[in-house]
Amino acid sequence: MEYAAILHRCFRCGYCKFPGNYIDLNCPSYSKFRFETYSPGGRMWLLRAWLNGEVQTSSRLAEIIFSCATCGNCVEQCVFPKFKDDILHAFIAGREEMVNKGVVPPAVRDYLKAIQVHGNPYKLSAGERRKWQEGLNLETYSDQEYLFYVGCVGAFDERGIKMARAVAILLKNIGVSFGILGAEENCDGNEARALGEKGIFQSLAEQNIRDFQRRGVKRIIALSPHAFHAIKNDYPKFAGSLEVFHYTQILAMQAKKISLRQAQAPRRVTFHDPCYLGRHNKEYQSPRRVLKAFPGLEMVEMNRSKENAFCCGGGGGNFFTDLLGSGPESPARSRVREAAETGAAILAVACPNCAKMLEDAVKAENLEEKIAVKDIAEIIQGGQI
Amino acid sequence: MEEIYKELVEIVGAGYVSNQPEERFIYSRDPGTMEPHEPDLVVMPATTEEVQKIVLLANRKRVPIVPMGGGLVLSGLSRPLKGGIVLDMKRMNRILEVNETSRYVLVEAGTAQGMLQAYLKKNHPGLKHSMPDSPPMATIGGNVLIHGSGHLSHAAGFHSEMLNGLEVVLPTGEIVKIGSCSTSPYWFGRAPLPDLAGLFLGWFGTTGIVTKLAIKLFPNRPYQDVGVFVTEDPELVPDVLHRVTGVQVAEDVTAWMTPRPDWARGFQHININYAADTPEELTGKRNLIRASLQKYIREKVGGFMVLPPPMKKGFLEAPQTTLVQFADVRKGGGFEYVGGIMPIELFARAYRAGIEIAEHQRTTYSTGARVIGLGHCMMFFFAYPFNRADEADVERARKALEETNRVVLDMGGIPWKAEAPAQKQIIQKMDPKTFDLMNRIRGVLDPQGIMNPGNWEVE
Repeated sequence: MEYAAILHRCFRCGYCKFPGNYIDLNCPSYSKFRFETYSPGGRMWLLRAWLNGEVQTSSRLAEIIFSCATCGNCVEQCVFPKFKDDILHAFIAGREEMVNKGVVPPAVRDYLKAIQVHGNPYKLSAGERRKWQEGLNLETYSDQEYLFYVGCVGAFDERGIKMARAVAILLKNIGVSFGILGAEENCDGNEARALGEKGIFQSLAEQNIRDFQRRGVKRIIALSPHAFHAIKNDYPKFAGSLEVFHYTQILAMQAKKISLRQAQAPRRVTFHDPCYLGRHNKEYQSPRRVLKAFPGLEMVEMNRSKENAFCCGGGGGNFFTDLLGSGPESPARSRVREAAETGAAILAVACPNCAKMLEDAVKAENLEEKIAVKDIAEIIQGGQI
Repeated sequence: MEEIYKELVEIVGAGYVSNQPEERFIYSRDPGTMEPHEPDLVVMPATTEEVQKIVLLANRKRVPIVPMGGGLVLSGLSRPLKGGIVLDMKRMNRILEVNETSRYVLVEAGTAQGMLQAYLKKNHPGLKHSMPDSPPMATIGGNVLIHGSGHLSHAAGFHSEMLNGLEVVLPTGEIVKIGSCSTSPYWFGRAPLPDLAGLFLGWFGTTGIVTKLAIKLFPNRPYQDVGVFVTEDPELVPDVLHRVTGVQVAEDVTAWMTPRPDWARGFQHININYAADTPEELTGKRNLIRASLQKYIREKVGGFMVLPPPMKKGFLEAPQTTLVQFADVRKGGGFEYVGGIMPIELFARAYRAGIEIAEHQRTTYSTGARVIGLGHCMMFFFAYPFNRADEADVERARKALEETNRVVLDMGGIPWKAEAPAQKQIIQKMDPKTFDLMNRIRGVLDPQGIMNPGNWEVE
C-alpha cells in the first residue's frame, strides 16, 4: 500500500480530533461514532494492523476506513510537520487497497458501480444532465470566456439543481461570459478518487481533459468545490492544466456589481466553509467578500469556521454512501445546531453537497422556523430564481 | 460475554458498545511501550446512571471494568490487564457549572482539557484552569486522578490539589459525593469534612469511577510573559528554583535539558512563566524574578536568555505543541517518559542519571522538570521517544524506562502514573503497612476485585 511506511508514525495524540481552538470535536466520523477507532489516529493504527495481519478484513473495518469524510481537519490540526501532509493520502491509499481487494462497504461498491455503468451516481442517462438548465436560455460552451461546470449533484440532485440555476442566473445577470456542456458534461471523478478508485478517477479525468481541450476550454467555473479541487489539483497530473475557479471567486471579482444590487431586509447570516474550498484549497475570503458586499447582510461567524470549520459529513463520498448516517450526532445536525446558536437566519453555503446535507439536517432538527440553508447565489438572487 | 454485550446495549444503546476486533485492538494499547491487553468489550456511557448500571452488571457477572479518559497516559494504565470492559468516558463531557465568584468549575469526568480551556475563554475570559502539557484530548477527570500537573502548578500544586469535589460510582454501584457537595449545593472545596477524595486519587481506577468533579479556576490575566534562565551547572538549579519560587510571582516554573539543537546541549533552561493585569504589574513581576536570581547573574554563572519571538510564543502556549513535536524525534510514533516526583534538591542527581541512562541504553537523553507548588517538589521527567515500527527500539525504550524507574526510586523519588511493572517496583519500596492499608481499603470498596485489576498489585 502506498504511504504504508508512514502509518506507524502517528502517536494518536488526538490534536486531529479538534479544531485549532479546541471548542468542540471537529473530526466528523469521530464526532459521530466516538470510538477511538473512528478517529484519524485510530484509522492509522488499524490500517497498519490490517497490513500486518493483526486485524482482519471485516465490514466494520471497511466502515471505519470509508467513513472518513476527507474533510482535511486532521491535516490542518496535526502538529507534526511533513507527516501531516500525507495523512489523507494514507487513508485514500488504504481505501485503494480495499477497493483492489474487493472488500469495500456495499454502499461504496454501489456508488462506484453506478459511476462505471451510468457515468453518474444517480443511475440516470446522460441526457438527463441537461434538465437543470431548462428555461434559463444558457449558451452551450463554444468560445465564451468560461465553461460553467455543474457536476453530478448540480445536474441531478433536486437541491443541487436549485443551486446550479441560481448561480447560472447570477453569473448571467452580472455579465459573466460563460457556456455550459449540458448533456455532454461528465462526472468530475473527485468522489471516486476519494473513495480509492484510482482507475475510474483517472479515466474520468482524462476523458474530461480531452473533452475540454477539444472544445478549447481554457477557464472553468466550478459549481462544486469538489470538482474545483479535482480540476485544480489532480487533473494537472494527467496533463490537464486548466484555469479553474470556484463560482464564489468569480462573484468576489464582481463584488462591486453585487454591492449595487437591491438591498433586502436586514438579515443575519453565517457561512459554512466547504472543506474542498476552504481547508483543501485555502479559499476562505471569496465567499465572505461576496456576502459582505451584498447590502443588508450581517455576517456572524460560527465557533468553528475557516480552517477550523466542521464538515457537513458529505465529503469523501459520504454524500452518496451515507456511512456517517443520520441521527442527532451526525455531523450535519451538529453543524446546523451550531449555526442556529449564532442567531443567524441564514446558513450560507457554497457547495451543493453541503446545501443538501445541511438542509436535510435543518428539517431533522426542526429548525426550519429559525434558520434557512441558502447558497450564496440564492441569497443574492433573492426571489428572482 | 454475549449476554453482557446485550445488557450493555440495553444500557447505552447499540452504537456505544462494541465487542468487535477493531475496538478491541485499539483499546488494548496506548502510544507507550507496554504490551497490549485486549478488552472483551468497550462501552461509552453518557450519564452517571449508565455508569452505575454498567458497574452493577460487572459486579453481577464478575467482569473486570477499566475506566479510560483520553487514553494519553502513555504508561498503559487503561489497558485491561485482565480483560473485561473498558469504559471510554469521553461522552461524559458536559461542563455543568462555572462559579465565577468562588472560582470553580463542575464538569463531567470525560471533559477534554482543550474543550474546558476553549469554553472558559469564550464564556468566562477572566478565568482559566491549570492546563497540563498533554494533548488537549486528555480529560479533566483522568489528569486529576493521576495527580497531574500543569501551567498553574507552581501557583497551586498538583491538579489533585485543585480538586474541590467528586461524584463517584463505587465498585459496588453506589453513587457518592465527596467534598462540600456532599453537604452543600456548592462545590467549593474538600474542607472541613473528612477528606475522602484520597480514596480515589492516584488509585488508577481501582477504587471507583469518577463521573463528575469540580476543580479550582484561577484569574486569567491578560498580560503574559516568560523568562528563560540558563545555567551550565546543574548543582545550582535547586537553589535557582528555591529563589525564584520564593518570590511567589510565577504561575509555572519548568526546566528543560536536551542535547538537540546543538546550542542547547549542556545547559539547564528554566522557564519562568508569569502574568499580570497591567503592563506595570508585569514589569514589576519581571523585576522581582530577576532580582531573585541576581546573585547568579552577578557571578556570571547564569543569565536570562534572549528569546526569539517564535520561541517565546511557543513557551507561552498551553498546551505546548512543541513538546508533542519533540516526541517525534525518532520519527516513530512512540513516546513514553518516567515522571519522577521528587524534592527539588535532587535535580542535579536526576539530570546526571538521565544522561547516564541514555548513554547506557544507547539512546538520546531528554529531561526536564515542572516545579510543583512553591518548590515543594517537582515532576522530573526522563523522556524516551521510540520507533514503534522497530521492535528493538521499543525494547530499548522499555529497558530505559525500567532502569529509570529504579534509579528514581533509589534516589528517593517516586515514579508518577507508573506502569504496572513500575507499580510493583514502588510497592517493593513502600512501607508494607502502607501497602497493607491500601489493600484493606480496596477490599472494602471493591469486594469482587473488578476494578482495573492488575494495578497496584504485587502479583
